[in-house]
Amino acid sequence: MEPKVSLGIIYKQSEDVVARQVHGEFIIIPITSGSGGPDEAIFSLNKFGRIIWDKLSGKRNLKDVVNDLSKEFEAPIEKIEKDVLGLTGELLKRKIVTRV
Amino acid sequence: MQTESYVVKQHISKAPLWKAAKPFLGRLDMELTERCNSNCMHCYINLPADDINAKTKELSTDEINNILKEAVDLECLSVRFTGGEPLLREDFEELYVFARKQSLRVFLLTNATLITSHLAELLSRIPPLEKIEVTVYGMKKSSYEAVTRVSGSFEAAWRGINLLLDKKIPFVVKGALLPPNKNEIEEFEAWAATIPWMDKPPLYSMFFDLHCRRDREKNELIKKLRPTPTEGLKVLTRRKYEYIKGMKEFCSKFMHPSGDKLFSCGSGYGGCVDAYGYFQPCMLLRHPDCVYDLKKGSLKNALENFFPEMRKMKAKNPEYLAKCAKCFLKGLCEQCPANSWMEHGTLDTPVEYLCDIAHAQAKFPGLLNDNEKAWEVNNWKERIRRFVNSDMVSVVS
Repeated sequence: MEPKVSLGIIYKQSEDVVARQVHGEFIIIPITSGSGGPDEAIFSLNKFGRIIWDKLSGKRNLKDVVNDLSKEFEAPIEKIEKDVLGLTGELLKRKIVTRV
Repeated sequence: MQTESYVVKQHISKAPLWKAAKPFLGRLDMELTERCNSNCMHCYINLPADDINAKTKELSTDEINNILKEAVDLECLSVRFTGGEPLLREDFEELYVFARKQSLRVFLLTNATLITSHLAELLSRIPPLEKIEVTVYGMKKSSYEAVTRVSGSFEAAWRGINLLLDKKIPFVVKGALLPPNKNEIEEFEAWAATIPWMDKPPLYSMFFDLHCRRDREKNELIKKLRPTPTEGLKVLTRRKYEYIKGMKEFCSKFMHPSGDKLFSCGSGYGGCVDAYGYFQPCMLLRHPDCVYDLKKGSLKNALENFFPEMRKMKAKNPEYLAKCAKCFLKGLCEQCPANSWMEHGTLDTPVEYLCDIAHAQAKFPGLLNDNEKAWEVNNWKERIRRFVNSDMVSVVS
């Protein structure tokens, strides 16, 4: 069963991956077997994904992240919430982020 | 904010980033040690495992880690750990984990004799992201240990190989064709075909390089072990169709005279850090004028300044200028500053053995006639064109 993402939870970048900027592309490379999913893959984030990724520091819950981004981009909270939940869900599914 | 997917997944081997990108430093080779727990008869580098003098001079863990960090800053994507036997380093696991945590893919070249359960567990938990390369020296204890000259090395190698298989850690095998094992090719290839990650027949070394530090005694032995060009060609052309196909692709892209330019290879665009901190433009070239001391400078300076200057060097040897500079087999022939250095101690002396091998290879598909010397051929472009466009069956027959 896929883990459910919740706004009230704090998420952080997994210690089993390493993120790196290479040739203008932001990539996430699993270090341990199984992190990132069952097969050998790397992940690249688009620019919005990168912005949200940087906020997943393990210190604040997703609600706070949404509020920050909403102010930063002067965008409706509902729209930001959808993006943040969407990305976090994808990262959580791939074990690239974990719950604190 | 957006509607497209935030996360794009790419398989490691197919990601265009890894294949098509041209980073400042794509891959770094590192000889972690020149010491080895085997004493292979043909080896161009091995020092005894217990050589304290060599061990004392080797780079420390921190020094290696700093080099790896700098490599990553220079956009490096992978590191090749070789030696000697890299697993001899007591800090190997630490170096390996550090490299992986820097996001580097790790190529490991090893004889597998020092693969332990603990290391296999680590390699399973933190995969290297590249297939490990294991050199196998014989299929029987008698042949294997006749090459390595170390009792017990056969059992140790197979123990290591079985650990890799049990843990499903991807690896490939390659061979070194020597008198004790040369009659085992078929047996070796049949076994290699059972390894899940071998997607093509194994490669072999056989035209062995001379000793990297120009050890005279070792060179005398290595020269005796080298096959003649005819013997070597017989091995290369066992699969005639594949050989001709490969030759056609190669000829059309890489064969042409290079004039007095000494470095027409990729030497100096990356490089190899030796066990003591000298950055070589390639794994083989250790001429004092061509290596850069990383204890006094940086990878960046070597790549931006030192190696580009080195690549401007021109050949001066009259024999080289009369032959190699005009020879259209350049590219096919292994003549290069590194081989000239190992054979003769200079950068631009023709290596007769390599010349003979290249000529034998060129005669096989009819690029050269008997008694012809490639540097005397004027219509080489036409000959290559005809060969590339020829019907493969007629060439082989």
